[in-house]
Amino acid sequence: MTASTATTGRPDRVTGTPFTRALGIVTLVGVLWLSWFGLFVTPADVNQGESVRIMYAHVPGAWLAYLAFVVTGISSAAYLWRRTRSLTWDRIAGASAEIGVLFMGISLVTGSLWGRLTWGTFWTWDARLTTTAFLFVTYVGYLAVRNLGGSHHQRARRSAVLALLAVLEIPLVHFSVELWNSLHQEASVAGNTDVTMDGLMLFTLFLGVIVFTLMYVWLLLHRQRALALQDLVDDTGLDLAIAARRAEVG
Amino acid sequence: MRSGTLAVARAIARRDLLVEWRSRVVTNQVIPFAVLVMVMFAFALDSDAVLERVAPGLVWLATIFSVLFLTARSFAVETADGALDAMRSAGVNPVAIFLGKSVAVAVQLLVLDVALVVAAVVLYRADVSLGGGVLLVTTILVATTGLASVATLYGGLAAGTKGRETLLPLLLLPVVAPVLIGATRATESAFGTNGIAVSEGWPWLGLLAVFAVLFSVVGAVAFGPLVDE
Amino acid sequence: MDDLGFIVGSYAVTLVAVGLFAWSVVRRSRRLAEQVPPEDRPWT
Repeated sequence: MTASTATTGRPDRVTGTPFTRALGIVTLVGVLWLSWFGLFVTPADVNQGESVRIMYAHVPGAWLAYLAFVVTGISSAAYLWRRTRSLTWDRIAGASAEIGVLFMGISLVTGSLWGRLTWGTFWTWDARLTTTAFLFVTYVGYLAVRNLGGSHHQRARRSAVLALLAVLEIPLVHFSVELWNSLHQEASVAGNTDVTMDGLMLFTLFLGVIVFTLMYVWLLLHRQRALALQDLVDDTGLDLAIAARRAEVG
Repeated sequence: MRSGTLAVARAIARRDLLVEWRSRVVTNQVIPFAVLVMVMFAFALDSDAVLERVAPGLVWLATIFSVLFLTARSFAVETADGALDAMRSAGVNPVAIFLGKSVAVAVQLLVLDVALVVAAVVLYRADVSLGGGVLLVTTILVATTGLASVATLYGGLAAGTKGRETLLPLLLLPVVAPVLIGATRATESAFGTNGIAVSEGWPWLGLLAVFAVLFSVVGAVAFGPLVDE
Repeated sequence: MDDLGFIVGSYAVTLVAVGLFAWSVVRRSRRLAEQVPPEDRPWT
């Protein structure tokens, strides 16, 4: 606390800590580095040409969305397990799901842009793509349920159960889409992954994954803090209302 | 304990069906709605050949749309006079509530599906052989069980919340995708659409059965925590 | 070079969306932090 009050401007509004501030700066530098490497330094691909540059934004984004949903699942289970029950787990789950939805949305957009350039179409009914779209909608629903109101623990239990249901549902959807799809065509996407990926391209892709993961940690910490503050404000608001009511009655 | 749960479930199912029987909402509103959807599809697709080709999918789409209404109604009865809360505070096992309501929804869905298949035969010239009929009946039974379980589970969650009319489709439609896929393929075989053999439909029942078993069991476990106040 | 718009667009979509989200989170939590005494802030 002392360190964070000592820095920047009005201490009563500070939501960062030295750690997140440093993390934020590293992430920003990483984003610039990634954009520079991705857009200018790396070579064009033999098959895909310049359009391969979208990969450095798309693949890390999709990776991040999956990571975020895994974190949501794990923290939901941690909340439901009696020994580790804490609203912090619930808030991590909620914050992570929100970030996951954001990045899944982004990767659906960048993916279809990339698909238009490489396959000539924005969308194919490939199992991976379709499951991704379902994941997106499912977690949009999860976020809607989180906003239903009720007590904090009610919200937490409800959404934790829902998150675990989503973990069950996704493999089933994936499997059924795969079955459905095998009637129409072979998945055309997974085939042409670059076996002969250039060293610099591979490095940039890894850089992207690392930068996006840092971005995720920063966003998660800040979003989690905002949620914790919101819960606190709700609680104090309730306390004040009860106190006012008591004063009225008394 | 177990027999007690089943007895309560049976009582709840009987009560729900009695309420529906007296109000006639399913026969007078939901089934006409579903058939109307089938007629609208015919207007939109505007070709006998296309309609015959997509008839199985349309039957199940109409079923899934109707599930939304059936579930919403099933829980509107509960929340209108706080019956769900009353049952919970009276110590009724949530497993019994889940089972009872699922069975009631499943029975209504069965009636609806029979009407929809008749509509498909009449309007879309769907054709059912004897072997296809066996497959079709099995498909309807299994798919209906799965749909009713998962709809009751999410319906209970959405019940009594703000914006439940829009929340339920958002939660339910992605989850029932496997049923739509599996049931449509199985029904295609039963109707012989595009010359698909009846024997090709049976493997899809595996998918439907997995779905039905999974969501009946998981639903019974998860229903309590989801609807608890 | 028809691809240029798509390539730059995909980077722009990513950065702008993440930037807006980060900005909204920080703004929201700053507004909330005003209502909470510093010693109650859970991360300190």
